[in-house]
Amino acid sequence: MIAFEKRPQPSQAWVYAAPLLAVVLTMIVGGALFAALGKNPFEVIRTIFYDPLFSQNAWFYRPEILIKGGPLVLLAIGLSFGFRAGIWNIGAEGQYIIGAICGAAVGLALYPAETRLIFPLMVLAGALGGWAWAMIPAVLRVRFGTNEILVSLMLVYVAEQLLASMALGALRNPEGMGFPGSRNLSQWPAAANKELWQGTGFHWGVMAAMAGVIFAYILLTKRLFGFQVRLSGQAPRAARFAGVNPGRMILLCMGMSGALAGLAGLFEVTGPSGQISIDFNVGYGFTAIIVAFLGRLHPVGILLAGGLMALTYVGGGIAQGQLSLPAAAIQLLQGMLLFFLLAVDVLTNYRLRFGQGEIA
Amino acid sequence: MSEVLLELVGLTKAYPGVVANKDVSFRIGRGEIHALLGENGAGKSTLVKTIYGLVKPDSGTMDLNGAGFAPAEPKAARAAGVAMVFQHFSLFDALTVAENIALGMEQPPKMQALAARVRAVSDQYGLPLDPDRTVGDLSAGERQRVEIIRCLLQDPKLLIMDEPTSVLTPQEVTILFETLRKLRSEGTSILYISHKLEEIRALCDAATILRLGEVVGSCDPRATSARDMAEMMVGEVLHVPEKAEKPLGEMVLELTGLSAPAPHQFGTALKEISIAVRAGEVLGIGGVAGNGQDELVAALSGEMKLPAGMVKLRGADVGQQPVNARRAMGLQAAPEERMGHAAAPDMTLTENALMTGTTRKHLDNKGFINWGKARDFAGEVIKAFDVRTPGAENMARSLSGGNLQKFVIGREILQDPDVFVVNQPTWGVDASAAAAIRQALLDLAAKGAAVVCISQDLDELMEISDRFCALNEGRLSEPRAAKGLSVEEIGLMLGGAHDLEAAHEDG
Repeated sequence: MIAFEKRPQPSQAWVYAAPLLAVVLTMIVGGALFAALGKNPFEVIRTIFYDPLFSQNAWFYRPEILIKGGPLVLLAIGLSFGFRAGIWNIGAEGQYIIGAICGAAVGLALYPAETRLIFPLMVLAGALGGWAWAMIPAVLRVRFGTNEILVSLMLVYVAEQLLASMALGALRNPEGMGFPGSRNLSQWPAAANKELWQGTGFHWGVMAAMAGVIFAYILLTKRLFGFQVRLSGQAPRAARFAGVNPGRMILLCMGMSGALAGLAGLFEVTGPSGQISIDFNVGYGFTAIIVAFLGRLHPVGILLAGGLMALTYVGGGIAQGQLSLPAAAIQLLQGMLLFFLLAVDVLTNYRLRFGQGEIA
Repeated sequence: MSEVLLELVGLTKAYPGVVANKDVSFRIGRGEIHALLGENGAGKSTLVKTIYGLVKPDSGTMDLNGAGFAPAEPKAARAAGVAMVFQHFSLFDALTVAENIALGMEQPPKMQALAARVRAVSDQYGLPLDPDRTVGDLSAGERQRVEIIRCLLQDPKLLIMDEPTSVLTPQEVTILFETLRKLRSEGTSILYISHKLEEIRALCDAATILRLGEVVGSCDPRATSARDMAEMMVGEVLHVPEKAEKPLGEMVLELTGLSAPAPHQFGTALKEISIAVRAGEVLGIGGVAGNGQDELVAALSGEMKLPAGMVKLRGADVGQQPVNARRAMGLQAAPEERMGHAAAPDMTLTENALMTGTTRKHLDNKGFINWGKARDFAGEVIKAFDVRTPGAENMARSLSGGNLQKFVIGREILQDPDVFVVNQPTWGVDASAAAAIRQALLDLAAKGAAVVCISQDLDELMEISDRFCALNEGRLSEPRAAKGLSVEEIGLMLGGAHDLEAAHEDG
C-alpha cells in the first residue's frame, strides 16, 4: 500500500522540482494524447517546446513569445497577491477588457491630436478601468460578504457584452465602412504601444511586466505588506491578531490585480491587437491563473511560467499550422500543466511511503 | 480487587521517528479505578487506542478475563466489553439525547424503549439527563453524561475515560466521581487518564506512570503525594512557581460595563463586564470554555472593536484602537489557540516573532522588514524561554505544543507589556513547561505589569492569582481574593450562583 505522510517541514527541494516534474509529466501524457490523435508525439513536442526558440525560423517566433508572455506575466503578478492572501479574483479577464476599453476610449476621445501625453494618459485610464472593475467584487465582498469568485467571474461576461457593444457602437471607427471595431490605435503614433527595440517584440507592456516582477519581489520579501499578505492566506485569524484589517487586505489585493489586468489590456489594445474589436480578448486573464500557480505565486517563478505558457501558445500555433493539430489539444496541454502541478505539489508537504498502511 | 481483568504484556508501537509505546506491561484489576498518568506525548493515547482496537501494536499481547484479546476494530473491543469516553465528544447538536445514543448502536431499540432505558441508567448512576432534550442545548458536563450513558448501556467491563474532567465544573466533577465509584462497587473497571494529580489521588486505586512511551513506575495514588507523582511523570525535580509578596501599583486596566454581541453564530455575547486591574496584580478568570473567554480576549487585544468608554488603559479609552495601536500602548495578548491564531503554523519562528513584535520591537523601517532584527528577536525568545527547536528558521508547526506555547508567551513577555492578557496559558502543555510559563507570568507581574490570566485549570489560577473571578455565559462574577477561597465557593461562582439562588427564592 502507498501512504502519504506529512513532512515536518515543507521540502525545499520539491518546491523547485515540482514545476519541472509537472512539465515533464505534461510532455509525457500530452505526447500520448498526440499519439492517440495519430501524430508523431516527438515531433509535436519538439514543435511546441523547441521550434519557437531554436529552429531556423525562430527569429520570427521569438518576438511572439514576448508579446504573448508580457500580458500573462503582468496579469499573473497581480493575481498572485490575492491568491496568496486567500482572495480569489477569477475575473482578471473582465478587468483586462475594461482596462482596454477605458484606455482606448480616453485615447479615441482625443483623436487625432498629436501629443506625447496621450499614451501615458491612456495607460492611467487603463489601470483605473481595471481597478474599478475589480472594486465591484471587492466592495461587495467587504460590505455584504458576497463570494468574490462568483462575482468576479460573472463580471467577465458582463465585460464581454460591454466590449461587443463598444466595438459596434460608441467606439466604432467612423471611417471603418460600417465594420465593427475601433480605429487602429497602433497606427496612430500618439497612442501606439511601440516596440522599444525594432523587431524584438519588446513593447511597453513587456517592460511593465518586468517592472511588475521586480516590484512584486520587493513587496513580497522585503515589505511588511507582503508578509501580511502571506499571513492572511496561511492563517487568517493569526493575521487579524497581527493587526491586519481583512477588508482592507481584500480591497488592496483586488485593486492591485485589477489595475495590473487593466494595464495588460491597455498595452494589448494599443499594440499587438491594435483595436477594440468584438473578439479582442483571447483568454489571457484565465490562462494567467495557471501561470500564477505554475510560478508558485512567486514573482520570479511567474516570470518563468509566463515564458513557458507563451511558448505553448506560440508553439501550439505552429503545431496547428504545420501538423494540423486541433486547437483544443493545445488548450488541453495547458490545462494539463496546472493539473499535474497541483498533483505533484502534494509532495512538497507530504512524502510517499510504501509498505503497510494503518489507522493511527 | 485481586482478580485481574486486563493484562497488557510488552506492548510496543513505533511510528516513523518515534516509539509511542515501548514494552508496556501492567494489569488492571476487576473493579479497580486505574489511573494512567503521563505528560503529553508520553504515549497514553496510543496505549488506550490499542486497547480500544484503533491501533494495532507492533508486538506484545493483551489478555482480557484470561483470554487473548486483540481487537481489530473498536466494534470488536466493544463486543468484548471495552467502552471509551473520548475527550472530544462525537455528538450531533441538532438531535436529541436519545437519538444521539441510538446512532451509536448497532441495533437500536424503539425510541421510547431507549428513552426509558436512558432514564433508568441515568437514575441508577446519579447522572441527571433528560433523553428528550436537544444536545445543542446541553452544557459540556451534560454532553459528557450522554457519552457516558452511551457506554453504560453496553454494560462494559472496562470503561476508558480520557481527560474527563477537563470540561467540568467542580460540582460536576463531584457528580462524575460518585458515578465512577458506584460503577467500581458493581465490579466495573475504569482506566482513567488524566494529568490532574489531586483528582487521581481522590479517586483511583492504582496508577501507572508513562514517560516517553515506557512505564516508569506505578504507585498507590492514595498514599503518594501529588508532587512525587508529578516528578515521576516529568523525570526531574519540579519547581513550584514562587509568588513574591508585593504592594499593588496604580490602576492600569479598567473595564466598565463591557458588553458586546456574539461575533458569530457559535460565539458568546459579553454582558456588562466591569473590573479594574492594578499594576503588579494577577487576575485569574476561571470558567468552562465557551463562556466568553475568546470574546473577552478579542475585546481586549483589539481584534474586536468596542464602543467608547468600555476599555481604558491608564485612563485612555482604547476600545476603538486597532491591535497594533494597543500594543504600542503596552496592552498585549496571547489567545488560546496556538496554531492559526497566536501563531501561524506554516511560517518560521522568525516570521512568527514578526507577527506581533513589529510595533514594540521596531522590526520594520517605514514598512521595510528588518529580517536580521526579527531573527534576533526570535532567537532571544527561544533562548530566554528555553524553546526546544533547532533554530528560528524552523516552522512553528514543527514544535511541540508546549514549546510553541513557550514561544508565544515569551514573544509577548519580552516586549515588556504593561498589561498582559493570556487565555489558557498551559492548555495541552506538559508539566515542566507549564511550571515555567506560570513562573514567567508571576515574574512579569512582579516587574509591575498587570496580568489577566483566563484558564479552565483552577489549580493553576489558585496558584498564581491575587484575585479570582469567574466568567459564566459572558458575565463576570465579582472578583474575590484568591487566598482562602474554597472549592465550593469557586464552584458556585463558576456555575453562575446568582441564577441558582434566584431559583431557590422563587420556590
